[in-house]
Amino acid sequence: MIALLKRDLVLALRAGGGFGLGLAFFLIVTVLVPFSVGPQSSLLGTIAPGVLWLGALLACLLSLDRLLALDWEDGTLDLLATAPLPLESVVTIKALAHWLTTGLPLVLAAPVLGVLLNLPGPGFLWMVISLALGTPALSVIGTFGAALTVGLKRGGLLLSLLVLPLYVPTLIYGAEVARRGAEGMTVATPLMMLAGISAAVIALLPFASAAVLRVNLR
Amino acid sequence: MSISTRLNALWEYANPRKFLATTERVLPVLWLLTAVTLVGGLVWGFFFTPDDYRQGSTVKIIYIHVPSAFLATSAWFMMLITSLVWLIRRHHVSALASRAAAPIGAVMTLIALVTGAIWGQPMWGTWWEWDPRLTSFLVLFLFYLGYMALWEAIEDPDTAADLTSVLCLVGSVFAVLSRYAVYFWNQGLHQGASVLRAGAVAGTDTTEKVSNVYAYPLLLSMAGFFLLFVALVFYRTGTEIRARRIKALLARERVNG
Amino acid sequence: MIPDLGKYAGTVLSAYGTSIVLLVALVALSIRRGRKVRAEMEQVEQRMSRNG
Repeated sequence: MIALLKRDLVLALRAGGGFGLGLAFFLIVTVLVPFSVGPQSSLLGTIAPGVLWLGALLACLLSLDRLLALDWEDGTLDLLATAPLPLESVVTIKALAHWLTTGLPLVLAAPVLGVLLNLPGPGFLWMVISLALGTPALSVIGTFGAALTVGLKRGGLLLSLLVLPLYVPTLIYGAEVARRGAEGMTVATPLMMLAGISAAVIALLPFASAAVLRVNLR
Repeated sequence: MSISTRLNALWEYANPRKFLATTERVLPVLWLLTAVTLVGGLVWGFFFTPDDYRQGSTVKIIYIHVPSAFLATSAWFMMLITSLVWLIRRHHVSALASRAAAPIGAVMTLIALVTGAIWGQPMWGTWWEWDPRLTSFLVLFLFYLGYMALWEAIEDPDTAADLTSVLCLVGSVFAVLSRYAVYFWNQGLHQGASVLRAGAVAGTDTTEKVSNVYAYPLLLSMAGFFLLFVALVFYRTGTEIRARRIKALLARERVNG
Repeated sequence: MIPDLGKYAGTVLSAYGTSIVLLVALVALSIRRGRKVRAEMEQVEQRMSRNG
C-alpha cells in the first residue's frame, strides 16, 4: 500500500502534473477575479471565501482525468486489480495521492491568495480549516468520477459533468464555513456538516469507485 | 394468489418479449387515457377555474407546474428502483426502463423550472431566485444530464447499464444531501408542499391549502402527467429493447459472416 | 373562447405554450426514434432470416 502511494507520488512529481498545474490554475483564477468584478477591496473581501473555494474546486477537477487514465493506458490498473490488495484500497490510495499532490498544496496556497483578494482577518484560519476538511472529499468524489469514465476516449468533459453536481454539498458547506468565518459569525453548524460529509464520503464512496472500476476492467 | 406468486408474475415482465407483447396491447389504451385525462385536466384548469384574488390568472400555471415537479422527482425515484433491480437481479428490461425514463424526467424538470420562472416573474418580481426548491431542481436537472451523457458515452450495453446504475445510486444520495445543504444555505420564498398534504386534502389544515376549486382539476392533470409518463416509459423502453436487439443481431452477423 | 386572463395573460399563455411545446417535442422525438428503430429491426431480422 505504502509502495503504491510512493509510486503515485513520485510519478505525479516527475510528470509535474498535479502539483504545478493545479496550483498555477488556482493562482490564475484568483488573479482573474479582480479583473472581472473590479478592484474595490470591500467587494473582493466579501466574495473572497466563495471565490477561493470555487477556484480550489476547479483546480481539483482539472487533474482528475489523469488520475486513473495513465494507469489504465499502460495496463497498471489490470495488474492492480489482480494484485492481493483489494481494489477498494487501491482507489483510496489513488484518492489520497491526488489529495496530497493537488488538495494539500491548494490548502496551503489559499491564505496567500486570500491576501490578494483582501480576505478579512478572521477568515484566514477558517478558510484553511474548511479547505483542509473539504478537499479530501473532493478528491474521493473525483476518484469515483474518474473510475466511471476511465475507459472512455473523451472522458474529460463528461467527467466534469458527472462530478460537478456531486460537489454541490461539499461546496455549499465549505464555502459557508469560510464565509461565516470571514464575517466573524459562529461556524459550528456548517463545520460539522462539512466534516460529516467528508467523513461519510471517504468511508463509503471508495466501495462505489471500486465496484465501478471492476465493471470497467471486466 | 399469494404475494410470492404475484411477485413471480411481476418478474415475468422482465422477459423482453413478454414486455413488448404486453406493452403493445396496453399502450393504445394508455395513450387514449393519457390524452383524455391530460387534456381534460388542463382544459378544466385553464378555462373553467376562477382567478386567485392574489395571484390573478397566474394561478392557472399550477396545473402544469405542480404535476411536472412531482414527476421530475418521481422519475428519478423510479430510475433508482429500476437501477437497483438491474444491479441485483440483472433484468435487462429494468436497466433499459431506467434509460428510457431519464429524458422524460429531464424534460419534466425543465418544465417545472421554466413554468416556475415565468410565474415568479410577476409574482416574486424576478425570473430567477436562488431559492432552495428552485436550486435543488436545477441540481436535479444537472444530475439527469450527467446520467444521460454517461449512457450515451459507453459503447458496451451491459457496462453502460452497470455504470449508470451505480451513478444513479450515488447520485440519489448526493441529490438528497444537496437538497438539505441548499435549504441550509438559503431559506426560501417558495411555499411548502400544499397539494398532497393529508391535512390539506382533508380540509383540516387551512395554511396555504389549495382550495377544492383548484384541487380537482389539479389532481386530474396530475393523473394526466402521470399516465403520460407511464405511457412514454413503456414506449421508450420498447424502443430501447429493439435497439438492443438490433445490436445483438448485427454482432451475431459479424461473427458468422 | 379564451378566458379573460387579465394583466397576466402573457405570463399564463407563455407558461402553457412552452410546456406544451416541450411535451409535444418529447413525445414526437420518442415516437420518431421508436418508428426508426422498429423499421430497422424488421429490416435486420428479414436479412438474417434470408441469409440463414
